[in-house]
Amino acid sequence: MEKLALSDRILMSVEKPARYIGNEVNMIKKDISKVDIRFAMCFPDVYEIGMSYLGIQILYDMFNRREDTYCERVYSPWPDLDKKMREENIPLFTLETQEPVKTCDFLGITIQYEMCYTNILQVIDLSQIPMYAKDRKKGDTIVIGGGPCVYNPEPIADFFDMFYIGEGEISYDALLDLYKEYKYSDMTREDFLIKASQIDGIYVPSLYDVQYNEDGTIKSVKPLYESVPKTVKKVIVNDFNKTTYPMKPVVPYIRATQDRVVLEIMRGCIRGCRFCQAGMIYRPTRQKNVKLLKEYARTMLDNTGYEEISLSSLSSSDYTELQELIEFLMDEMRNNHVNISLPSLRIDAFSLDVMSKVQDVHKVSLTFAPEAGSQRLRNVINKGLTEEDIMNGAREAFKGGWSKVKLYFMLGLPTETDEDAEGIAELAERISEEYYDVLPKEERQGALMITASASYFVPKPFTPFQWAPMMMPEDYLKRAYHVKDTFNKQKNKKRLKFTYHDHEISILEGVFARGDRRLSKVIYDAYKAGAIFDAWTEFFDRDKYIEAFRKNNMDMYFYTAREREVSEVLPWDHIDSGVSKKFLIKEWERAREEKTTPNCRMQCQGCGVASFGGGVCFEAKN
Amino acid sequence: MKLRIKYTKTGVLRFISHLDVMRYFQKAVRRAKLDISYSKGFSPHQLISFAAPMPLGMTSLGEYCDADFESVTDTEDMMRRFNCVSTPDLVITDIVLLPDGAKNSMSVVAASDYLIELSEEGKKCPENFKLFEEALKLSEYENLMILKKTKKSETYTDIKPLIYEMEHRVYNHDYTEYTVPFSNKENTECHEGLYMMLAAGSVNNLKPDLVIEALLSKAGMAYDRFNYKIMRLETYMEDEKGLVPLSSAGQRI
Ligand code: SF4
Repeated sequence: MEKLALSDRILMSVEKPARYIGNEVNMIKKDISKVDIRFAMCFPDVYEIGMSYLGIQILYDMFNRREDTYCERVYSPWPDLDKKMREENIPLFTLETQEPVKTCDFLGITIQYEMCYTNILQVIDLSQIPMYAKDRKKGDTIVIGGGPCVYNPEPIADFFDMFYIGEGEISYDALLDLYKEYKYSDMTREDFLIKASQIDGIYVPSLYDVQYNEDGTIKSVKPLYESVPKTVKKVIVNDFNKTTYPMKPVVPYIRATQDRVVLEIMRGCIRGCRFCQAGMIYRPTRQKNVKLLKEYARTMLDNTGYEEISLSSLSSSDYTELQELIEFLMDEMRNNHVNISLPSLRIDAFSLDVMSKVQDVHKVSLTFAPEAGSQRLRNVINKGLTEEDIMNGAREAFKGGWSKVKLYFMLGLPTETDEDAEGIAELAERISEEYYDVLPKEERQGALMITASASYFVPKPFTPFQWAPMMMPEDYLKRAYHVKDTFNKQKNKKRLKFTYHDHEISILEGVFARGDRRLSKVIYDAYKAGAIFDAWTEFFDRDKYIEAFRKNNMDMYFYTAREREVSEVLPWDHIDSGVSKKFLIKEWERAREEKTTPNCRMQCQGCGVASFGGGVCFEAKN
Repeated sequence: MKLRIKYTKTGVLRFISHLDVMRYFQKAVRRAKLDISYSKGFSPHQLISFAAPMPLGMTSLGEYCDADFESVTDTEDMMRRFNCVSTPDLVITDIVLLPDGAKNSMSVVAASDYLIELSEEGKKCPENFKLFEEALKLSEYENLMILKKTKKSETYTDIKPLIYEMEHRVYNHDYTEYTVPFSNKENTECHEGLYMMLAAGSVNNLKPDLVIEALLSKAGMAYDRFNYKIMRLETYMEDEKGLVPLSSAGQRI
């Protein structure tokens, strides 16, 4: 009989018991008495979300290639199970062995968005591991964080023993080897942490002292010891063709958000949009060889049985061998009944042709992300998409049979005015007019529908907008209403739709994105008051946070609304993403001058990441 | 070519809903590279239909589906290819080629048989064994009434006519042989429990837990599903010989 951590009685009383039973196809099985290191890998959200995340599948495969290591998975228990586990004092367990997480050597948490912070506390707490790193002793599970949020991990620094800055493929071997030495010797925990901090990309927050100015800004962040590096530079893979990739990803029983083979074709982005953190921290752009990708596609489809494959990258159209890859996939797959899903493609003749072949144009929408309503503001954010691009794309698409268009925007961007925002409605209107102009009545199939949605801009660390104020929520709402009014004035308003994101969650995201260590108390108090699954609107409870800020005598808007001087010490200044501050300052200035900056392939801007020695920075030199 | 496939759903798959089992099955067919037929259009799907699935929480050795194939090899080869890319909890145990015009499995189901064992939790309380004593008394009863509740009304129905067989059985480890009655020997390799064959299908469908509930209420006990494990052994259709397994509709290839 199989072993499960939860009884049938509990499993049958919660939603989707399949979230907790493991045993999926391609799950790795190992004998725990024969490994030295057990690494619990956690995505702090519900199973279906976590299982869809490629990064964990990559690391899971990579760790399990080590014979001495067993990587097991763990996800956040949904609130229904959370309650039962607390009532019955059941420790959180991994899916593979169904053994408590606290019996593992590491708990590795990937941190993809700020609003999962209380879920991290939930996982540590349910695992029955001491919540604060300072209370852990030798023998306690080491809690390590990775992912984009660790470029500023300060708000959650107190809960982690260490963070891994950069791509997992590089330094984990060194860390695991060091850990083994620590585990089987009398090395102290302090010694282990100091030695770990000397491994490239490993940041041990407890080894740094933070001093504050009277106005609440940071005075200094200094390592406690000589031997601890002053800054921690991210580590990345240079030769992207030589990294490991999971050929046998775990296939969930229940439908995950990403229910398909995911083929990572490229890391990084050449575009340099000034609001985009991913575009900066994943520099330089590196791509995978198309031959390799063809082989991966076949093998992964064979090993999983998925009937769909999707390409993953920040901007697939910039993948230089895209045409060859897609033609191969279409050829290869036509006979094998595989669907191809194509995210983030620039709309042009090629992509429209491909899309019309792989999907039903009457059902799917055409997507554009102008991000800002006016050309002026698009220059400020360095979004290279012009109105002409959009109009040309839309025209061709309408001729090809599309009649649904989605437009993505942000509100609250630096220097934004009411006029810029009105541009959102006007652009939607012009697209609708284009439809009626190009298509004679008899050729119009399906009803035209243009949906514009706006999110609330959150400035992120390591972007040129890291110094920018985040708009106050009341101003954001005012602006959103204004856009809505403008929509109602348009001639074709019946064919246009406008929606905008909730502001309450975004404001907290803004606080945590650029927050400092003092926020750990707020997060802790909000969690203790019952906050979990904050990224889910149905669970998010703003009052718990308001109360936590009040209790700690802290002000949310100190973190969001202030424009920072470029001379200010930022909470993440001791982390080095490879992109120089000089470059970011220059981009911040150019933004305010409404000047665009060419992308990496047009003209290198000397942003600093050439120091890694690979990727797009050296393309021309090959 | 239409094949009828018999498969198991055991172990942790008791927590997987029927919809997800179907999705799982289709992926496994692809991994096994069985040459199944697809519908046409933008999102083609496999031409496969499933019969009378077991509800969540229960296991089965007798699940069936019918599927169209472009080409086939033979039963042994196709089973082997599927089973080596599937979990041990869902394996194919038989494949037969259906004659032209055979009715689909869903519509021919007439009965199913089950083995009810005590769960680990159930064994802890000796009272739960009363189910087996009550079952032996069934032949003495004229009827076995249950209360059927719908939104509008409550009616009593007699389910005894829908119970075709009921006895104690002890099965060997892989359920291929059994003895009657209880051995009473502590043998973890064996499965001891209450065997019952019940009407199933679209006309008269009797769920095993309803029977357990009715029997227990005779003993004045409430039914707690977690005290028992319910496993389906086989699904039957009716032909001139009487009730035969659904796989009897065709020939092995
Ligand atoms: S160094 Fe130049 S090419 Fe390389 S990422 Fe920076 S701007 Fe782009």
